[in-house]
Amino acid sequence: MAEQTTFPEGVGESADAPHGNAVGPGERPAAAGAGPDGAEPTGAKPDAAVVRDALGVGIAVGLSGFAFGVTSAGSGLSLLQTCALSLAVFTGASQFALVGALAAGGNPYTAAAGAFFLGVRNSFYGLRLSQLLALPRALRPFAAQWVIDETTAVTLPQPTRRAARIGFAVTGLTLYVLWNLTTLLGALGAEALGDTDTWGLDAASPAVFLALLAPMLKSTTERVTAALAVLLALGLLPVVPAGVPVLLSALAAPAVLFLSGRMKGTGGETATKKKHAEKHSQTSTQTNTEEDR
Amino acid sequence: MNVWIAIALTAVGCYLAKLLGLLVPAGVLERPLAQRLAALLPVALLAALTAQQTFGDGQHLALDARGAGLAAAALALVLRAPFLVVVGVAVAVTAGVRALG
Repeated sequence: MAEQTTFPEGVGESADAPHGNAVGPGERPAAAGAGPDGAEPTGAKPDAAVVRDALGVGIAVGLSGFAFGVTSAGSGLSLLQTCALSLAVFTGASQFALVGALAAGGNPYTAAAGAFFLGVRNSFYGLRLSQLLALPRALRPFAAQWVIDETTAVTLPQPTRRAARIGFAVTGLTLYVLWNLTTLLGALGAEALGDTDTWGLDAASPAVFLALLAPMLKSTTERVTAALAVLLALGLLPVVPAGVPVLLSALAAPAVLFLSGRMKGTGGETATKKKHAEKHSQTSTQTNTEEDR
Repeated sequence: MNVWIAIALTAVGCYLAKLLGLLVPAGVLERPLAQRLAALLPVALLAALTAQQTFGDGQHLALDARGAGLAAAALALVLRAPFLVVVGVAVAVTAGVRALG
């Protein structure tokens, strides 16, 4: 799992291009720990190349289901609940967010709201995929469950409809099977381990979030948004009920968009934009904190 | 029971979000502002979640072994380590610091 193989050219690169910075688990090009070797023999046949890309992403990310299984079981969810999440929700960041919020004592509604907001980006993936795949209407409800970061990353750069459909189907199937299998194994493993905190496994979930976040921090706008969200989340943590700080920190996104829009309107520079946004973040954290006292 | 409610709501919500994209006619969600907001929303949420699960301890803030683990993970990311390695490093360093402390 640790061997470093270079990702097939094109997948990682183009994965980011079409939808800007909305990326998720395993879009990091280096994430394809499982190289092309195990897949189809290398040839000029495009189908084989597509399948190879798809398997690379599917296997690498599928393995991280272990981390989810362990985290979920460590957060106090039963084996059945853990597996139900991977089967029915099947979008990693939302699953991690949900079990994290429940473990922190959040009520089920705020926990689910946080997980849902993270899943909203899949709507935008679906929009792009639906034009590329041109699926019959009857098939769409079934294909929908596989509309996630990884399938989008593999499918969008494909040159033809046939290649896009193969890429989508192979990535989706590989990932769905492996993610659920490794979730089960992770949850079983966690039960065998006993206190998962002793093994440092409570760090797995934030590390997953950080690894997802890192490739998104491309420009000042993203960095300021992230910084503001961190300030809001930590500033609000002691004063509002569990789960709520994360929801409120989502407001960093529209706030920064609004500010950067105004900056553009007045011809402001990036540096001043950042300063302003940071200043804004501090004041808004303070205001929020004071309001809650 | 509360956990099952949360699971059901999340499953239904996330599935509908996925399906919506496949069903709505192109153009409805294609407005630039909606696109940019959709791209920034995960940035804010992931940053908040990372911070909270690293430094949050119930209703308190705490700097403990997880902080060291996440610092190591950040370093691994800077060095362009693969996804699984990043997570592995965070877990190993957190466990190590905890064992020493």
